[in-house]
Amino acid sequence: MELYPTIGLEMHCEIKTNSKNFSKAKNEYNDTPNINIKPLDMAFPGALPVLNKEAVRKSIIMALCLECQIPKELIFDRKNYYYPDLPKGYQITQNHSPIGVEGRLKVEVDGKEEEVLIEDIHLEEDTASLDHYFDHSLIDYNRSGVPLLECVTKPCIHSPETAVAFLETMRNIYKYTDVSDADTKKGQIRCDVNVSMAPKGSDKLGTKVEIKNVNSFSAVYDSIKYEMKRQSDLIKSGSEDEIVQETRRWDDETSTTITMRTKADALDYKYFIDPNLPKIKIEDKWIEEIKESIPELPLERKKRYISEYNLSEYDAGVIIKDKDVADYFEECLNLDIDPKTAANWINVQILGYIAKNEIDMDELYLTPKMLKEIIDKQNSGDISSKQAKEVFYKSLDEKKTPGTYLNKEGMSQISDKDTLLNIINKIIENNQKQVEEYQNGKDNLFDYFVGQVMKETRGKANPLMTKELLNEELKKV
Amino acid sequence: MEIKNIVKKAYDSQDKLNAFVTIIDEPKQTIDNQDSPLNGQVVAIKDNISTKDILSTGSSNALKDYVPFWDATIVKKLQDAGTILLGKTTMDELGMGATGTTSHTGIVRNPWNLDHITAGSSSGSAALVAANIVNYAIGSDTGDSVRKPAAYCGVVGFKPTYGLISRYGLFPFASSLDHIGTFAKSVKDVAILTDAIKGIDEFDMTTWDSSHINLTKATDLDVKGKKLFYIKELCDINSYDLQSDELKNTLKIFDETINKCKELGIEVEEVSIDKNLLSALFPSYLCISSAEATSNNSNLTGIIFGPRGKGSDINEIMKDHRTKGFSSLVKRRFVIGSFVLQENNKDKYFLNAQRVRRLIVDKMNELFEKYDGLILPCSEGGATKIEDLEDNNINNASILENHMVIANFGGFPSITIPNGFINDLPIGINITGKVMDDENIINIAHHIESTMNYKNQIAKGWK
Repeated sequence: MELYPTIGLEMHCEIKTNSKNFSKAKNEYNDTPNINIKPLDMAFPGALPVLNKEAVRKSIIMALCLECQIPKELIFDRKNYYYPDLPKGYQITQNHSPIGVEGRLKVEVDGKEEEVLIEDIHLEEDTASLDHYFDHSLIDYNRSGVPLLECVTKPCIHSPETAVAFLETMRNIYKYTDVSDADTKKGQIRCDVNVSMAPKGSDKLGTKVEIKNVNSFSAVYDSIKYEMKRQSDLIKSGSEDEIVQETRRWDDETSTTITMRTKADALDYKYFIDPNLPKIKIEDKWIEEIKESIPELPLERKKRYISEYNLSEYDAGVIIKDKDVADYFEECLNLDIDPKTAANWINVQILGYIAKNEIDMDELYLTPKMLKEIIDKQNSGDISSKQAKEVFYKSLDEKKTPGTYLNKEGMSQISDKDTLLNIINKIIENNQKQVEEYQNGKDNLFDYFVGQVMKETRGKANPLMTKELLNEELKKV
Repeated sequence: MEIKNIVKKAYDSQDKLNAFVTIIDEPKQTIDNQDSPLNGQVVAIKDNISTKDILSTGSSNALKDYVPFWDATIVKKLQDAGTILLGKTTMDELGMGATGTTSHTGIVRNPWNLDHITAGSSSGSAALVAANIVNYAIGSDTGDSVRKPAAYCGVVGFKPTYGLISRYGLFPFASSLDHIGTFAKSVKDVAILTDAIKGIDEFDMTTWDSSHINLTKATDLDVKGKKLFYIKELCDINSYDLQSDELKNTLKIFDETINKCKELGIEVEEVSIDKNLLSALFPSYLCISSAEATSNNSNLTGIIFGPRGKGSDINEIMKDHRTKGFSSLVKRRFVIGSFVLQENNKDKYFLNAQRVRRLIVDKMNELFEKYDGLILPCSEGGATKIEDLEDNNINNASILENHMVIANFGGFPSITIPNGFINDLPIGINITGKVMDDENIINIAHHIESTMNYKNQIAKGWK
């Protein structure tokens, strides 16, 4: 019996705004606990929520990017439960009427396009963060009330690869639209994963298991893989009834999922409309304005790179994968760097460097302007491509401008005709045997002579000139 | 009177009335506002309103030591108007309850007769105005918590349109029904006090711009030709199974008041409303208010503020705090609220209650097309004797005792003024009008008040 997974995702992402969703406290990631707090964020009696319009605007951007329907009115509900990270005892969220419903998103999996269906996307508020220690826990209310968008997919995903591709595409859109920094390291993205297994071809879904608080994309991948195997093993060994509808959590240390609570213990959140937030009309005109303000999304950019700059499918795909990389590329174009040259530098040298050094693109020392200095010198023939790379790495490692190295002695290409002729003639003199063979038709020996010139000049000879001069001189012999 | 003497009078009243949770020993004027009609006036504020650096308990053990670090919007507005805060007034715990007997600091007594209740929940505020300790007091009104104690204490109590006064800093009971309200001894004075504290507030999204409204001036307008209605099912003695002398007297006094209205040139008509709908008002109120209350008060866990509970884990700690923090009445409301919101019960109770709410509000709005306001007695008689209270004070579901909740359902402006006595205890009439028509209601009440001798009355023995 071949078993087939069905996966649904809930992706939470903190939105970038000046202030929190319902209070005037700052919305910023801060290492000092408990400094971004207004009375509402700690639920002091009598504090009231006041909706942040910018958070709504950004939510509508996402709803539009996901091709969702947007309701006529903005309504917020209370989700009631007790937990120390939830000071009000309820979370303000959207249960009855999310900001976007019935959407879709195209994602690329192994070069093929797939569509993920969106159940809804809704605006809510984040909880405080808890730090658990051996005999106590600490609460940081900086995060309490930070605007949070939750996107819920339909159970339409059938592989961990698609699940991760969806999350990566979403993260990209968040970044491209500037709705969020979508930084997993800062905990700005958190996921819940629903997995069930059923025989291939069966139109009935298996029992759904929810995995909560999966906080990196690799953990999403691993937890789905783990659940697929766990559930499949139980089904195949005839213990299908041991799969119960429950909530589990992903344990990073053991790379397993662990039961949190079963359906019998499921919380009744007692949703009702929050009376402190009056229904607000969402004007069509505003939606139109927002629609027009949405910048080019990653897949559109990719298509433009291919059609306008003749980049290969692969190169364009690599560049758009990270908005910071794509922005770097755009800046290069603004500086009139040849698109293909820029793409080569970025995809080979730069991405290689940041991967090797485990840094983010925005931490890269070398600006597009600095890169241009190097490329210009190479193009003018002042330095060889080998030298260009040397300057590139030196500049990055020592965090000094390329100019520091470019102007140094020995860092310029030998393009002086007489100097090169001198060297070439000496080599011809010392390699009479090879010259003879070359003249007898052994054409590939030409590269040997080029190599000798390079060896003699330690790679600084202008390669084009070298070739031209060699050709002429060998003919003369 | 010198402020020192006022403080002394306040302390002296405590033994009898128990109307203060906190008396400020050295009350101070923050701002001297020569342009304000309230400049230098002493006010008392209900203890469920956040006052910076001054104990604010909501009359609950759950908040018995809570000193806010910020002021409610109305507290700032009162300061701007040049008033002086004398103290925080005793109330039914967290605004729930209608007797003035459930405060963590004990029972509030009626200045007209100390054996009787004041009604609630703004008990202390009403009692202090009646006893002439202050001329102005602030209350809050979720069902009738300003207008009922005003009636029982023989003073004027006004609950304006929802959103006229900011709720920022009001400890919430049921946010969709909660209003801040005002007490004084005359309609003109509640108008002055309300004018001082009303206004749109960036911290309360349900407030609206009322800069065009001037309640004080509205008192002077002509009243002739205005139209009121009363509800037949509540005012016809024949619709009652139990016809007590008190009820008969109440309705007789009401009839006299109606005649006075007619003498003023106000038309008054009888309107019939489906008794089933009227009977559903109180149960619906209980469902909605309890549901919102259980959610609103979920912040009371003793983790951030309030006495820390004991226990070996966080759930035990919260449970201990909440077990010790609330009276049985409050706990009962939380249980009811939780029950009606549960997935399996929500439609039958909570959503049906919302349907009743919509039906009565639609009916009222339809009537307000034709009439300026609804006029009704506030109760079946005067204040109950404390010893006669039933221990479960939500049992009295009489419609006449609970109709004022209509104004909370619709957010309608609603005012109570005294209109007589039964067994030497004051009773009142209530006038309710359409949303944002506060000026009209103040105007009508002001003129009706002028036909009677109860304006500026002070409880016997407190002059």
